[in-house]
Order: sequence, then structure tokens, then C-alpha cells
Amino acid sequence: MTLLETRGLSRRYGGVTAVNDVSFRLEQGEIRSIIGPNGAGKTTFVSMICGRIPPSGGAVFFEDHDITNMSPWKRVMRGIVYTFQITSIYPKLTLRENVALAVQRRLTAKPGLHLSLSPDALDAAIDEALSAVGLNNEADRLAGVLPYGHQRLLELAMGLALKPSLLVLDEPTQGLAPGDIQPFCDLIRRTAKTSTILFIEHNLKVVLDLADRITVMDRGAILAEGTPAEIERHPAVQQAYLGD
Amino acid sequence: MRQAAFRSYAFHIAVIAALFLLQYVLPAYHIGTFTRIMVYAVLAIGYNILFGYTGLMSLGHAMFFAAGAYGAGLSVYWLGFGPIAALLAGVASAFVVSLLAGIVVLRVSGVAFLIVTLMLAQAAFLATLYFNTITLGDQGIVLSLRPIEMAGLSFALSDPSVKYNVALAAFAFALLFSLWLLRSPFGRILIAVRENEARTKLLGYNTFLYRFWALVISGTLSGLSGALYCLLFAYVGASFASLQYSTLPLLYTLLGGTGVTLGPLAGTAIMYYLIDISSSFTSSYMIIVGAALLVITLWFPEGIGGWVRRFLRRKPA
Repeated sequence: MTLLETRGLSRRYGGVTAVNDVSFRLEQGEIRSIIGPNGAGKTTFVSMICGRIPPSGGAVFFEDHDITNMSPWKRVMRGIVYTFQITSIYPKLTLRENVALAVQRRLTAKPGLHLSLSPDALDAAIDEALSAVGLNNEADRLAGVLPYGHQRLLELAMGLALKPSLLVLDEPTQGLAPGDIQPFCDLIRRTAKTSTILFIEHNLKVVLDLADRITVMDRGAILAEGTPAEIERHPAVQQAYLGD
Repeated sequence: MRQAAFRSYAFHIAVIAALFLLQYVLPAYHIGTFTRIMVYAVLAIGYNILFGYTGLMSLGHAMFFAAGAYGAGLSVYWLGFGPIAALLAGVASAFVVSLLAGIVVLRVSGVAFLIVTLMLAQAAFLATLYFNTITLGDQGIVLSLRPIEMAGLSFALSDPSVKYNVALAAFAFALLFSLWLLRSPFGRILIAVRENEARTKLLGYNTFLYRFWALVISGTLSGLSGALYCLLFAYVGASFASLQYSTLPLLYTLLGGTGVTLGPLAGTAIMYYLIDISSSFTSSYMIIVGAALLVITLWFPEGIGGWVRRFLRRKPA
């Protein structure tokens, strides 16, 4: 079943076309990686999927509903969760509070003022999300004092706490210590049992290890798409990666 | 977490109890002063919800204060309301004014928010003068109030002890309400809006809605303060809508510490006494107030509350 589809999706900034007429499909349960050189339009493309950036043209469908004009917070309620390329957390709040914001969003499924919430359910879900990324012992520290790699893991924990049906990760391993990369891959594989994963990644080892399928972008368009084996052999990909 | 919540409530209730006992030891003059401080602290608590917790700096809270004061005062003067009905009318009118203001001013943020709230409040001030057939303009209205009838007893609002305890009840309500609100999931989202609005949107929150309700709650509490001030001192006039009542809560909050629930009380009390004492030495007492503010901004940017909290190494409330 197709979870996400874009039709002719475009984004122009003045005279520059960052994303040009991209039609793309993502099947439910897939782990999909988007790769491509800097400036290929990868972040702009996923930002239009999660609603951070409005498209200049085209449409986005999620579970067969047109969500092109839907606000980003409603998309989160529908299950599309995004983690930022440049870590975006609440540095002055504790890890527990950071994750609590994600958890309470999920526990209060309907919009409203949310004036009360079971503290037990909240605590349990916070511990679960922090344990998943191995930060449960740091729960009461301020997020801003963590090393950068751990801030990335915190951001991932916030994404996981929302229990997304589509988790969009923008360069998740950037800034992770080499020793943290394998546990991260294991975590994504576990998450993929319940979520579809779409991730932008520069580390090709991670891409080849995790992805079921790979989409290659270049100059705002899709250059190639296929299994890791197909992509490795693709002449245009070799050209794009090795040519310049 | 729950133990921390218990400690926090216990501490705030202890402060309220201390204020209750204070009336038996303070000389008469200071009882009157503390009555005013508690009424103004309600205004500052309302202001702190918007500024300290949600991160929106307004220069228009005089509009909400005046909406409460006029809502109460005019309903006594023109409609013959009793004190309790008038208080409710004041709060209701501030609520309506906050709703309408929210729709207009929340279209902008940052410096533009400051300017738009200021301009709206100045327009409200001029409106109190323009409609002088109803408001009696800057001359204002001196009210004669019926006593509060409750459980077969009669409390005259001219009695200083009644004034003190009415102000204390309102202050206790505002303080505990703000504590409960800010410890709730709703309060957590307000703090999230202040700290990182872009992230909060992508956690699935309609941040506009939360800023809007923060403004409405803030404005309504400020209106409660205005209504109380009008009823306790039996007067309402255009000065209630003047710029002073927009800048004072900002100063109280800055001095007391933004984003600290007890900050508004501390800030109001210190600033009030500072003005009170310095004005007995010189008519240019604002120079002393200004110097004090410079010291705070330069050396205690977190205010007294923030400084104490850091000193105690407590977590954010």
C-alpha cells in the first residue's frame, strides 16, 4: 500500500528551483533513503512533505488524502514526524521535559488545552523513549549541556515518542560518534517494525545497511531509484557521485 | 516529580499563609500598602503568564486592566450592581476584550507585537476619554458601594481589613491558578512556544492557539486586578487605561524574575516600596526607580526570582 505520494512537487526561490516537478511514492513499512549531493533539494523536498515549507506547485498525498495545504501540526497528528537536520531541541529544558512535550502530544490525541494528564502514563512513555536511545540516565539534565551527538539522539527520542506512522529523518547520523552509529542503525530497524522510515543520509555505509530502497536526487530532481544493489551499479549515480 | 509538585504547592500556600498573618503584625499604613501590592501582583501574575512563560512582551496590558476596572465600575455606577456582580462583570469584560485583542495582535510577533499592543492600548485610553458621557473621562467616577452580604454577615469594602482580605483572596486565587496552569501540560506547551516555536509546531502543536489562550488568560487576570482595584478603592478613571498600567507590570515582572511564579509578588512589593520610599525624599522619584532598573538589567537579568532559583539550584517551576 502506498503511504505517501508526491505529484509534480516543486519549490522555487525567486529564480532558483530547489525542487523541480518531483513525483515520488513511498510504500508502507519501507525504509527509504534519499541521497544526493549538497544542494540537490533533499531537505526542501522532505520539508514540503512535513509542511515546514509550502510547495510552489504540485501535491502531497498521505494515506490517499491530499495534505498539500495541511498545517505542519495537523500532519504530526496524522502521523508524519520530522527530525531536523540542524538539531532543534529545547536546550534550557531537561531531557524529560523535552520528551514530555512529544509524549503529551500523542496522549492528547485531540486538539485542546490539555490541562490534565495521567502522570504515570507520561512518565512511563518518557522513560520508554529515552531508554530507546540510551539516554534514560540523563533524564534530569538540561538538554543544552549534552554533547552534540546526544542532542541528536534526544531529537530522535522525541520523534519516537510521537509513535509516528512516517518518520522523516534529516541526516540523523551527522554528529554521532562512530561507536553510536551501529546502535542507531539497530534502533531504526526496530522502529521500522511499526513505522515507515524516510531518511536523508550522507553516510553511504548507513544507507546501504538500512535502506530497502534508495532515491537519488540531483539538482532538484530524482536521478535514480532502486534497491541498494541497483543504485550502486547505476551509471548516472556513479557519474553524479564520482563525476564532480 | 510528584514530590516536587507537592513541595511547590506547599511553598506557595505557605507564602499565602504568611501574607494572611502579616495583617496582624503590620501597622495600619503598611496594611493599606500591602493591599495595593497584592492587587498589582495579580496584574503582574497575569502579565508573567504571557511575557515570562510564553515569551510575548506586551505594552498593552493597561487595556485589560482598564477593561476590568471599567467593567466593574460602570456596572456599579450605571446599573447598580453589587460588589460581587460588579467583579464578575469586570472579569467578563476583560475576557471579551482579550479575545478581541488576541485576534488582532497575535498576527504579529517580536517588536511588532510590542508596538501593536501599545497602539491598541493607547486607542483604548483615548476611547475612555472620547466616550466621556459614559466614563466621565479623566475626572472619573467615585463609586459608592454596597457592602458584601455573605452568610448573613455584611462586609463593608471601606474597612481596611476587609480590603486586605479580599485582595489576599484574589491574589491567592491568581497565584495558585497560575501555578497549576504552568505545571499542567498546557503550561509546558507555553514554555515550549517561548523556547522554540518552530520545534513546537513540528511536535504537532498549533502554536497560534496556545499563544492566543495565553493572551486571553493573561488579559483576564489583568482584568481581575483592574476590577479589584476599582472596587477596593471605589474609583475608576481614564488614568487606569494610561501607559503606566502597561509599563508597571513589565517592570514588576522583570524585577521579580520572568517565568517564576512568585516573581510577580516579589517584584511588585519591592518596586512599590521603592517608589513609596523614594517619593518621600524627592518628587523626581522616577530617577531612583530608573537607576534601580539599570542595576537589575545589568547585573540581575533574571530578576530576583531567577537569581534566588539559581541560588537554590531548583528546577524551573
